Amino acid sequence: MAAITLLVNGKRHTVEVEPSTPLLYVLRNDLDLTGPRFGCGLGQCGACTVLIGGEAVRSCVRPVSQAANVEITTLEGLSKDGVLHPIQQAWLDEQVPACGFCQNGQMLTAKALLDKTPNPTDAQIREGMRRTLCRCMTYYRINAAVKLAAKRMA
Amino acid sequence: MAPHSGDVENARLRAFGASARRVARRDFLRASGLMVASVAAISVEGVEAFLQRPAAAGPYPDPDFLQLDSWIVIRPDNTATFFVGKTDLGQGTGTAFRQIMADELDIDFAKTSCVMGSTDVTVDQGGSGGSDALQTDGYPMRRVAAEARRVLLEMASTHFGVPVTALAVSDGVVSTKTGDSADRGITYGELIGGKKFNVTLTGKNTDTTTGRAPLKAVQEMKNVGKSPRRDDIPAKVDGTQRWAVDMKVPGMLHARNVRPPMVGATLKAIDESSVKAVPGFVKVVSKGNYVAVVCEREEQAIRAARELKVEWTPPATKPFPPSEDLFTYMRATAPSSSSAPTVTGDVDTAILGAATTLQAQYDIPFQGHTAFGPAHALADPSNGQLTIYSNDMKSYGLRNGVARFLNIPREMVRVVWMQGPQAYGRTAAEDAGFEAAFLAHELQRPVRLQWSRQEETAWDTKGPAYAISMRGALDAQGQVVALDFDARAADHNHVGYNEHDTVLIAQLTGQRKAEPARGRASFPSDKYAIPARRLRGSVVPLPLAWETPVRMGNLRDPDGPQVTFASESFIDELAAAAKADPVAFRLGLLERGTGDDAGHKRVRSIACLKAAAQKFGWTPRPAPGPVPTADVVTGRGVAYSYRSETVAVEMVEVEVNRRTGRVWVKRIVCAHDCGLVINPEALTRTLEGGLLHSVSRALYEEARFDDTKMLSVDWVSSPTLTHADVPESIEIVQVNGDPNPNRPDLPHYGAGETVCKPMLAAVANAVFDATGVRMRRLPFTPARVLAALKA
Ligand code: FES
Ligand code: FES
Repeated sequence: MAAITLLVNGKRHTVEVEPSTPLLYVLRNDLDLTGPRFGCGLGQCGACTVLIGGEAVRSCVRPVSQAANVEITTLEGLSKDGVLHPIQQAWLDEQVPACGFCQNGQMLTAKALLDKTPNPTDAQIREGMRRTLCRCMTYYRINAAVKLAAKRMA
Repeated sequence: MAPHSGDVENARLRAFGASARRVARRDFLRASGLMVASVAAISVEGVEAFLQRPAAAGPYPDPDFLQLDSWIVIRPDNTATFFVGKTDLGQGTGTAFRQIMADELDIDFAKTSCVMGSTDVTVDQGGSGGSDALQTDGYPMRRVAAEARRVLLEMASTHFGVPVTALAVSDGVVSTKTGDSADRGITYGELIGGKKFNVTLTGKNTDTTTGRAPLKAVQEMKNVGKSPRRDDIPAKVDGTQRWAVDMKVPGMLHARNVRPPMVGATLKAIDESSVKAVPGFVKVVSKGNYVAVVCEREEQAIRAARELKVEWTPPATKPFPPSEDLFTYMRATAPSSSSAPTVTGDVDTAILGAATTLQAQYDIPFQGHTAFGPAHALADPSNGQLTIYSNDMKSYGLRNGVARFLNIPREMVRVVWMQGPQAYGRTAAEDAGFEAAFLAHELQRPVRLQWSRQEETAWDTKGPAYAISMRGALDAQGQVVALDFDARAADHNHVGYNEHDTVLIAQLTGQRKAEPARGRASFPSDKYAIPARRLRGSVVPLPLAWETPVRMGNLRDPDGPQVTFASESFIDELAAAAKADPVAFRLGLLERGTGDDAGHKRVRSIACLKAAAQKFGWTPRPAPGPVPTADVVTGRGVAYSYRSETVAVEMVEVEVNRRTGRVWVKRIVCAHDCGLVINPEALTRTLEGGLLHSVSRALYEEARFDDTKMLSVDWVSSPTLTHADVPESIEIVQVNGDPNPNRPDLPHYGAGETVCKPMLAAVANAVFDATGVRMRRLPFTPARVLAALKA
């Protein structure tokens, strides 16, 4: 067990956990931030995605010790002052989610993508989102929502 | 309460507000006395609705479906909450329920909310399944809402001292038709708000529940046919949604299962000392071949499950043939059961005398549900009762099953349905709910159980494999004179539902039933007129029936995609042999028929086929197209089917890369007729998802195994459609209501599953059109396509 300080969504937390604990379980179980979700624990699906330093990171395979003292953003931290982020607004306007379980990963992966590539081509969206899975197959609407968000953020 | 539909937990959270979240989540359910006190103190609008429900502390008798108050609560502020026994798997059915019930009640849609699927507060409508939410359960919902309106109008009649016929109602405000402008009317809330209806309904069950009021004509329904946004989406986008995976209660432990490493193995010994040193370790629980570890924290349970030393005795015989040899096995093995054939005319004679005969075999492997999130549940035995928080689509079945499995009164058990990762039939047999309940019952502490990815992909229920043989014959004019369909389904021991003696833990602990379910082989659904036709089906067993990960369950129209793949591929083969255009060929088969069933499925099939062809811009020519020379070639395909009363015609354009073997479904057109559409936008999205799910099944999905264990265990070994495969366009044509779309009683049929059926064949037919090569074995992986191109 070790005391580890996490900076999540602008707040500082100190937790007592095994340093090897995947960040996902600390966020969900200790900080009650349930935006990131467990889908595989293997870095294969994207359900557990959080943003660290602008990168979409799979928190199920990131030891909490390697996430200390860096700014982490979860889905809960995406909106500002009660106003949805343009990506969230696009998801709402396109009515993207079916069950919605994967959509944390979809939105945060899209955020990292658009931050780096503000005006992505269709091929860049396909490639950038390729590893973030959805078993309700909302891909078609996600593709449209990413384009809508890109347009609005331009 | 804010306009919303969903589970009772999130409804309570909304009612309490964010500040009371902890109270609501942690304490509300645990002590009803405390609950009432805090509710009164918080005094949040809408809470009284819940106070009319049975005490949360239990026991939990069934809500009485013959009491109007079980279905509808109206508050003084003229808002209404509907309580229905269904679950919403992400199709927006909750929003649709609000639309139809608001219409029948005549209340502002924005002032309604809907609570679903909690066995103690919503009547047992069975949860979800079979795409029947609107087709079956929509009617009692409409009838009870109409009855509430009738009762309210009678109250208003007394209030105004005029007959009901002299009253008008709009958006929950009743006024006299002759009233002067000073008569602002009286609201439903003023008439009954906060009080009970105390009206008894009639009917044998929730399907037939009714009052005395008639239903409205479709034309009078204001919300139906409009597309208010799905009310469950905002919380899924802003991160405030609480899912079943998120539930926590004080003192909760975390559990993980430990599965046998080879299928059919018997537990020999557990070395508990191997995990004693794991921090937070609580207990190893085992019974028969079921093993689980329980720890204080989740990551500890994961570690303990990994490190626990268990000795297993391998089975004496192999549980199944390797998946590569499955179809040879299925064709060579004696069936365990056969269904009565459906026969028209004399197929054998017709084939003998035909100008052209054709035969082909189609192989459809086991395909898993492979839910995006593995199975999970939290069971809380506090207060001597048992509450299970679960994403089970059939929460009522889980409640009954758990009570029987643990041999406790069902009044002790409550299942709170909450949102979860959807799997389109996986939770019809909700293993994790039973396992969590078992562990919580053993330990007398709340236990949250989470399956691993590997466990889910390997051990979830599977859509049955099919080996289908088809024969057909054409006369000299290219007309189909005979069609012979013979299916073998590996559906022995189908475990579709939450049965206390077939769920996985019942099998592993030795509490299973003696005889496996027979299973079934189903037949294709089409309205083709073929003079001689025979449909035969039988079920073949695998060597191991129990304690195996190849367990058959209900995967999104359980057999439709398999049998339609064969039947609609073969119709295309016949069309090609007749050198006919595939659309014209099908139209001919439909138009040759006469007469129709009550649902007009034949004429509706014709209408859908024409509508799809028009949207697609289908120009008639036989398949295949010109002999391909380029690396990337395109083709088009069509397929059609119906399910229950709903018809779907699908057309696709595919690109086939002849160098890499990759198939890309570039364009999809789907013409769909499910009768009256409640919410066109939500329907469109549901269909888009269903279509792509079947594209995924066509191109990627197969549960693979060797002769001792599963090989498909994660997203690398069990790939699925990804963003890279998104079609350029998906166009849905809603062809609703033929032959008389304007009839006042146009039914709302089930939607959702029908579109899953034709796609596999549509893709195969398009690959044939592009390459001249016929794919008869699913899925069409690049390796398989390359091999077929070379053959
Ligand atoms: S849960 Fe982390 S990638 Fe799947
Ligand atoms: S919306 Fe259900 S998994 Fe993506």
